[in-house]
Amino acid sequence: MSANANAPLLDVRDVSKAFGTVEVLRAVSLEVKRGEVVSVIGPSGSGKTTLLRCVNFLESYDSGSIRIDGKEVGYREAGARQRRSERDLAAMRAETGMVFQSFNLFPHLTAAGNIMLGLRKVRGKSEAEARKIAEHWLGRVGLAHKADSLPAELSGGQQQRVGIARAVAMEPKILLLDEITSALDPELVGEVLEVVRSLAEDGMTMLMVTHEMAFARDASSRIVFMADGSVSAAGPPAEILGTEIDNERLRNFLARFRASHF
Amino acid sequence: MGYALNFNLIWRHFDKLWGGLLLSLELAVISIAIGIVIGLVLAVWYVSAGRVVRTVIAAYVEFIRNVPLILLVYLVFYGLPTVVDIAYSAQTSFIATLSLYSGAYLVEVFRSGLEAVPSGQIDAGKAIGLTPWQRLVHVRLPTMLRITLPALSNTFLSLFKDTSVASVISVPELTYGAQWINFNTFRIVEVYLVVTAMYLVTGYVLLFALRLVERRFRAAR
Repeated sequence: MSANANAPLLDVRDVSKAFGTVEVLRAVSLEVKRGEVVSVIGPSGSGKTTLLRCVNFLESYDSGSIRIDGKEVGYREAGARQRRSERDLAAMRAETGMVFQSFNLFPHLTAAGNIMLGLRKVRGKSEAEARKIAEHWLGRVGLAHKADSLPAELSGGQQQRVGIARAVAMEPKILLLDEITSALDPELVGEVLEVVRSLAEDGMTMLMVTHEMAFARDASSRIVFMADGSVSAAGPPAEILGTEIDNERLRNFLARFRASHF
Repeated sequence: MGYALNFNLIWRHFDKLWGGLLLSLELAVISIAIGIVIGLVLAVWYVSAGRVVRTVIAAYVEFIRNVPLILLVYLVFYGLPTVVDIAYSAQTSFIATLSLYSGAYLVEVFRSGLEAVPSGQIDAGKAIGLTPWQRLVHVRLPTMLRITLPALSNTFLSLFKDTSVASVISVPELTYGAQWINFNTFRIVEVYLVVTAMYLVTGYVLLFALRLVERRFRAAR
């Protein structure tokens, strides 16, 4: 589709954002190529989640640009910096999938209904088509038998798998995962990560904020370490999580992480 | 000495009470239906509007909430036709009044309900590409209705009791029926005992039915 197959699918360039006087993002730049899985790690308050929410414009940003497949996300391309219309934003967001820390399933809809809503209303699929797609994806996440269960009847891990199915059923260009296992009981983390792993194997492009270091190491093409609102280090997992890294903040972060997890 | 209770005269005119009860229910149902429409439209408008619209809606709500219902009934039935050239039956006038009255309370109920919809759900709606209108219809309203259902039942129950105010403009609902029997038989104790029981039983039945509905929806959370 895009003119240059080697151009990054997601191109974040010099994005800055402040909440009042607090600068949460300082000139963040980051690229994700088609089929890549990029993990963002870093201490809480480092701007990871805000960055992710800027990518589908759940948060606006003050300066810089975010392009998906060459198209500017939140602002009009020509002339002065102007926010896109709500209709444009909705259309842009349909091209990115997002999975949330707290699942955020629609409580009044069944598992299948959650997946079908976007297919019906945004993609314009018929009821039968949407149902078929929903069942396919529920099967992929191991929940074919829960299609007609309401979120309240599902465990956290099951809800999150529905959340993933809801996002990928829309066939997004890129999937954004925001600490998707942080709200889960430890014994439910594995089943969710397994689904993410299988999506990665299928070539799904992903940008994920995570605290699961082992998973980030195994599943990522690259890891980005953020601190104080900017990218402090970035590189392949072996380099970033290795012991040779010449970045004191990252070393401290990993040391603290290891101390609390092992 | 002592007062000898005699219910015979009440039973002879019971059709007045039974018909009155049905009319009371009808008034309450029609009024809350219109009130829900008023409340929904204004609440949705309120949360997305600018200062001017908000002020106007707030003024309507405050006006209704701070004026006794009986006064509103007089204003609409006697006052309005004197000023503007319209004519309507007592019953229509009362339904209009009670609709505006319940609408004002429901604006507040729905507004706080809309604000109580978890932002995560709205984010999820945005993330799959729903437009603001689609998010309202498919995400915010369903959750808001669940949140507000108990308040909605309470409003309906008070509204059912408030229909008794219609007796002051001779709408033949339950309280009016009681007054009619009282004036014609002078069995004041008996008639009000019976009518009290009728309000009480109907209220309980309604409450029970509404709680069943609420439970059904709560299970679906």
